[in-house]
Amino acid sequence: MKVLVVGISGALARMVALLLRGAGHEVVGLDRRPWWDHPKDIEVHEFDIRKRAAEDVFRTARPDCVVHMATVNALSAIGEERARINMGGTRAVFDHSVAYGVKHVVFVGRHTYYGATDDSPLYHTENEPPQGMGAFPELVDLVAADLYAANMLWREPAITTTVLRVVYTLGPTKTGTLSSFLKGTRVPLVLGFDPLFHFMEEEDAARGIVAAVEKRPRGIFNVAGPSPVPLSIIIRETGRTAVPLPETIIRALLGKFGLPALPKGAVQHIKFPIVVDARAFHQATGFEHQVSEVEVLKRYRRVLGGR
Amino acid sequence: MARGDSISSLVDRLELNFNALGVDPYGISKRHLVRGFSIFGWLYRNYFRVRAVGAAHIPPRGRAMLVGNHSGGYAIDGAMVLASALLELDPPRLAQGMAEKFINQLPLGSSWSYRTGQFTGTPETAERLLEDDRLLMIFPEGARGTAKLFKERYSLVDFGTGFLRLAIKTKTPIIPFGFVGGADAVPTIYNSKTLGKLLGVPYVPFTPYGLAAPLPTRCEVHYGAPMRFEGTGNEDDLVVRVWVDQVKARIGELMAEARKARGGAL
Repeated sequence: MKVLVVGISGALARMVALLLRGAGHEVVGLDRRPWWDHPKDIEVHEFDIRKRAAEDVFRTARPDCVVHMATVNALSAIGEERARINMGGTRAVFDHSVAYGVKHVVFVGRHTYYGATDDSPLYHTENEPPQGMGAFPELVDLVAADLYAANMLWREPAITTTVLRVVYTLGPTKTGTLSSFLKGTRVPLVLGFDPLFHFMEEEDAARGIVAAVEKRPRGIFNVAGPSPVPLSIIIRETGRTAVPLPETIIRALLGKFGLPALPKGAVQHIKFPIVVDARAFHQATGFEHQVSEVEVLKRYRRVLGGR
Repeated sequence: MARGDSISSLVDRLELNFNALGVDPYGISKRHLVRGFSIFGWLYRNYFRVRAVGAAHIPPRGRAMLVGNHSGGYAIDGAMVLASALLELDPPRLAQGMAEKFINQLPLGSSWSYRTGQFTGTPETAERLLEDDRLLMIFPEGARGTAKLFKERYSLVDFGTGFLRLAIKTKTPIIPFGFVGGADAVPTIYNSKTLGKLLGVPYVPFTPYGLAAPLPTRCEVHYGAPMRFEGTGNEDDLVVRVWVDQVKARIGELMAEARKARGGAL
C-alpha cells in the first residue's frame, strides 16, 4: 500500500513512517520541516500542506492512504498561526484526498480533545463532547480540527476516515506535551491536586497508528496503552522533583525559574485528569501496547539521565 | 471478621488490580488508602465505636451499591461506611463513594478523594465502576442530606432517582443501610451558606458549641438484604419513583432498627 504521511518530520511521524516501511508499505512524506537523514526509499517533499505544491504531491504520488500528523499544539505554535496550521492543514488534507482518490485518511489527534474539568467522567469514551475549552482557549483549534476530520465520516462516505485521539507519549525523542512538561528538573504540581495522566511509550503509539492504517477502521477511536498514573508518581519515577505550588503562584511563575512554559489554560490539565477508554480501538484493530506504564517511566528516566 | 488486622494488611488484601507502583487503573493508591484508613479505622474502632450489623449482606465480590442515609453535618457516615467495608468484610472491600462535585475542586480534597477511589459522581463513572464489579456507596439525599439539622436527624429528604435507574441498567443489587449517630457527633443547629460560598463548599455547619468538631458519640450502621429491581433503567419516572420509595422506606426501617439497637449516644 502507498501511504502519504503528512507532517513526516515530526518525531512520532518518523517512527510511523519507518514502521510502515518495515511492514512493506511504500511511504511518501510531506512536511515543511526537513527530515535530513530519511531513508532513501522514503520520498520526502518539503512543502507546507496548505501550499499549492503539496497538492501536486497528492496528484503525482496517488497514495492509497494518508496519515495526517501535521497538527500542532500550543507549545509549538501560537495564536492565529496555530489555528491556520491546524484548520487549514486539515482541510487541505481532506480536500486533496477527495480530489485524488485516496481511499483511507487517518487523522492523528490528541486525547486532550476531551478537556480537563472537575466533573468529567474518569474514562472518556469516543461519543463524549469536548469540555473545558473556555478555560483553555488554546485548545480550540485542535478540537475543531478533530471535529472537522470526524465530519468527513458522513460528508465523504466514499473515503474511510479514522480519527485517532492518542494519549500523551513518552520516549527517546523527548518530544510531545508530557515530555516537554517533564523536561526541567523541577516540575510544578498544583498544590492539593494530583491528576491521573494517561500516556504510552512513543513506539507503542506509532504501532497503534500503523494498526489503524492496516486495519482501516472507520470512525473515531481513543488510542491508549497502559493504565494512567498520578502525576506525582510520574514526576518521582522519572527522577524529577515535584514542586507543589498554589494555583495562583503557578499561573504567575509559568515559564520562569525553571518551570515549564505552558499557556495559562494548561493549568487545568495539571489539576484534573484526562483519561480515555480505548477498548473500541482494541476491538477494531486488535492493537495492544507492549510497554507497561512502569517500564515507560523507567525508560524515560534513563532517557532524561535521571538520578 | 477482620477487625483485628492491621490496615496495611487489609489494604494488601483488597482485590483491586494494583500495578507495581501501587496504583490501580483508576488511580487508587495503596499508600493513600493505608494513610486514609489508618485515620478512619481509628475513628471507627475507638472514637465513634461503630457497630456494624448485617455487613454479611454485602457481597464479597462483584458489583453492588450501598445506598443509605446521611447523618450529621458532614460525611462522617460515608467515612465510617467505607471503614466498615474494609474492616468488617472478609475479604475486605473498598467502597467507592460518588462524591459531590465541590470536593474535586478543593485542594487536597481533590487529590485525597481521587487517590482513595472517591470520585465525582458522574453517571458515566458510576456505570463504568459497576461494570468493573466495584462496590459503590451512594447517598441519594446528596448534600441536602448532610445539611439536615439536629432536630431533623432521623428524617430522610427527597431521594434522586439516578441511582436506581443505574442499578437496573447494570443489574446491580442495592444493599440498603441505615446509619445513626452522625447527627449526635455533629449536632447542627445552623448551616452558613455564605461562609460556605467563601470556602468553596455548599455550607458550613455550626453546632451549639460553635464549630462542627465531631463529638465522640457511638455510631451504628445496619445493612439490609440486597434489593433487586428488574427492567431497563429507562422506565417512566412514576415507575422508578415507586421503586425509589421502596428503597427509601427500607432505609428508614434500618435507621429505626439502628436507633433502637444503639440506645444512647454515649
